Amino acid sequence: MADLTVKFDVLVIGGGNAALCAAISARRAGASVLVLEGAPKFYRGGNTRHTRNMRCAHDAATDILTGPYTEEEFWDDLLRLTGGQTDEELAKFMIRESKDILNWIVEQGVRWQPSLGGTLSLGRTNSFFLGGGRAMLNALYLTAEKLGVEIVYDAEVIDLDIEHGMFLSAKLKQPIDGTSEIRASALVAAAGGFEANIEWLKEYWGEAADNFLIRGTPYNRGSILKMLLDKGVQDIGDPTQCHAVAIDARAPKFDGGIITRHDSVVFGIVVNKHAQRFYDEGEDIWPKRYAIWGRLVAAQPDQIAYIIFDASVRNSFMPTLFPPIEGGSIAELATKLELDPAALEKTIAEFNAAVRSGTFDHTILDDCRTEGITPPKTHWARRIETPPYLAYPVRPGITFTYLGTRVNRQARMVMKDGKPSANMFAAGEIMAGNVLGKGYAAGIGMTIGSVFGRVAGREAAKNARN
Amino acid sequence: MHGTKILEEADRLMTVCNSCRYCEGLCAVFPAMEMRRAFSDGDLNYLANLCHACGACYTDCQFSPPHEFNVNVPRTLAVARAESYAAYAWPRAFAGTFARNGLVISLVAALSVAAFIFGFAALHDRQVLFGTHTGPGAFYKLMPHNAMAALFGAAFLYAIGALAMGVRAFWRDIGEPIGMKTDARALLQAIRDAGELRYLDGGGVGCFNEDDRPTDHRRLYHHLTFYGFALCFASTCVATLYHYLLAREAPYPWWDLPVVLGTLGGIGLLIGPIGLLAERWKRDSILVDEARYGMDVAFIAMLFLTSLTGMALLILRETAAMGPLLALHLGVVFSLFVTMPYGKFVHGMYRFAALVRYAMERRAMAQGTAE
Repeated sequence: MADLTVKFDVLVIGGGNAALCAAISARRAGASVLVLEGAPKFYRGGNTRHTRNMRCAHDAATDILTGPYTEEEFWDDLLRLTGGQTDEELAKFMIRESKDILNWIVEQGVRWQPSLGGTLSLGRTNSFFLGGGRAMLNALYLTAEKLGVEIVYDAEVIDLDIEHGMFLSAKLKQPIDGTSEIRASALVAAAGGFEANIEWLKEYWGEAADNFLIRGTPYNRGSILKMLLDKGVQDIGDPTQCHAVAIDARAPKFDGGIITRHDSVVFGIVVNKHAQRFYDEGEDIWPKRYAIWGRLVAAQPDQIAYIIFDASVRNSFMPTLFPPIEGGSIAELATKLELDPAALEKTIAEFNAAVRSGTFDHTILDDCRTEGITPPKTHWARRIETPPYLAYPVRPGITFTYLGTRVNRQARMVMKDGKPSANMFAAGEIMAGNVLGKGYAAGIGMTIGSVFGRVAGREAAKNARN
Repeated sequence: MHGTKILEEADRLMTVCNSCRYCEGLCAVFPAMEMRRAFSDGDLNYLANLCHACGACYTDCQFSPPHEFNVNVPRTLAVARAESYAAYAWPRAFAGTFARNGLVISLVAALSVAAFIFGFAALHDRQVLFGTHTGPGAFYKLMPHNAMAALFGAAFLYAIGALAMGVRAFWRDIGEPIGMKTDARALLQAIRDAGELRYLDGGGVGCFNEDDRPTDHRRLYHHLTFYGFALCFASTCVATLYHYLLAREAPYPWWDLPVVLGTLGGIGLLIGPIGLLAERWKRDSILVDEARYGMDVAFIAMLFLTSLTGMALLILRETAAMGPLLALHLGVVFSLFVTMPYGKFVHGMYRFAALVRYAMERRAMAQGTAE
């Protein structure tokens, strides 16, 4: 057990990818490092546990990547998906650094594999972790321990002593060996966003937030983020926004992870609790079609919706954790879903009548569409007419929040007056809003975590020595 | 609906895993799972026997206990695997031997050792039993070669027959949907995969045993055990050929092939089982089927005793201890043979068959993709 009474060179608060990359990089730079992970050991690592890949730029195909993904292409993608809500200098810096991360992360014990079954579209851009995010985390923890990084679990920080932008100490909720005040020469905050804090979400979403499901760790309550912003660190990112996808309504409130997702919207229609359609199910191809439905469902009454399809497409998408709800007739299905049978029959009849046949191909924007109904289904529209009729109930599944601490290229926090902090750094979701002001692309959260974690650790170690 | 509770649980887990797939790079089980959307009893028994119990998928899983999804693939498949051994046992009447396997194997071993000792004592006076015999044919003063060959030949053939019937039942159970026929390529691939224990490496870092630090110990000890056993078996085969083709009778001098093979194999078969037993002892109980502890230990112990008594016989064969040691060794080997179809030995048979099946499936998939 670490002696927590000594002053550490670098204190890392958090325990995910960004935190461990920071801890390892600071330790390799010669600093003494303490990691305070608020979660118990099993739940260590925040949302990194649920991740599976990382998006890094590379100039040529590798053993596991099918082709090049240049810095320019990465930047173009980022610019498009954020709609320009990104710090260009920081973003380009991150993309450049991401190239080296592909190798650096392997030196820290993480192993890559080609893209998983069902994710061929990511085979060129994203490197997958062999064994998934928890395997990646386990490797980082083993490396950190081997290097002599001190790690404490169940170590919730409830206060930070910060004076004029200078971190002095952190206060633990539960004293460890009689110590509750942890001192360090530099701080790396890598404690995630606030998506698991329903009360905080309610500030922006009202009572609807009660019906949100949180896809990841219940420990990302944003307490460190709040402390930093309250103590003079400049914020960045829209506080009202979060990334949400439609996930199975039967999923647990927290931590259901990736397996509760549904990507079957294009194969059917989506109705709300009044059995009414409310958005074009054929608007766009993956991944956009996947990412917009959380927000759309959040705007519906009671934040619930139902993906309705029929037996003909049952095996057209990845097998799901929860089986679809079945009905021999539309009315029977509606009854099981507690929808008005007549209303659902009418909605489907109108939809079926509006379908104009074409050549179905779910990998492109095909020519199967509806005519004469609102909203239309502009692609992949096919009649729902082969029993049994099937449905997945879905709710908004919150993945992450965008509000964060502003940082510079050293991952050093910037104070409200625009001056860089003397000794405070941030990495991961807590500062992702600098680069990712809105939107999402697979694996980009991990890139932000590893790149800025590595930088933050290095800079914090340097800072501590001076 | 499945035949047993454990297959129900295995089905639940494979449904969870099939919607996640993070583990597909770790071993053969998950790619095989991905080739299916639903799981029959046969599919689950196939996956259970394909699993080498490296534990990586447990350590790497974000949904393993205490998570409410309670995903514990290694243990669930271990229980399913052990139940499948009983289900495929031939004759059916002996299926129950798997339930209290440690006890059954110990009893059979004790009885057969006792039978050899009493047999030797009944047939010979003390001078022969405790006498010093040297030179060719020394062993046969205690038991005529033809009697030995007939008894062990019969035991061996019985074991082979019963094992073959079990594998046949397994192969039929897992036969659909791609049919029963196999070919040389799949067999060769399976021989390679089994010979290297390719899927006992946690996807490259080693298997997980007592904690979340991967090691390669189990694979090493298993290699020592398996190849030790194979060398001992080869030694016996060479000796049989010597006897019938060259009319050269045992015991053979220390430099002769049967003794060299037997000694090398015997050393492997001493170190390997001790290592496996120690690893089994240390193994995190969350990963294993605790109810089958007796089966695991009994098999390892029998292999160890086979080697120990054989090595003792080699060292002391020119002393008065030879007679009793020969009885002991023959008793142990005899019980090893007759219990082969009713103990942990069968894991090798079913796992090999599963690997053959996997090689076939993988090729079928690759061809399907290419077309």
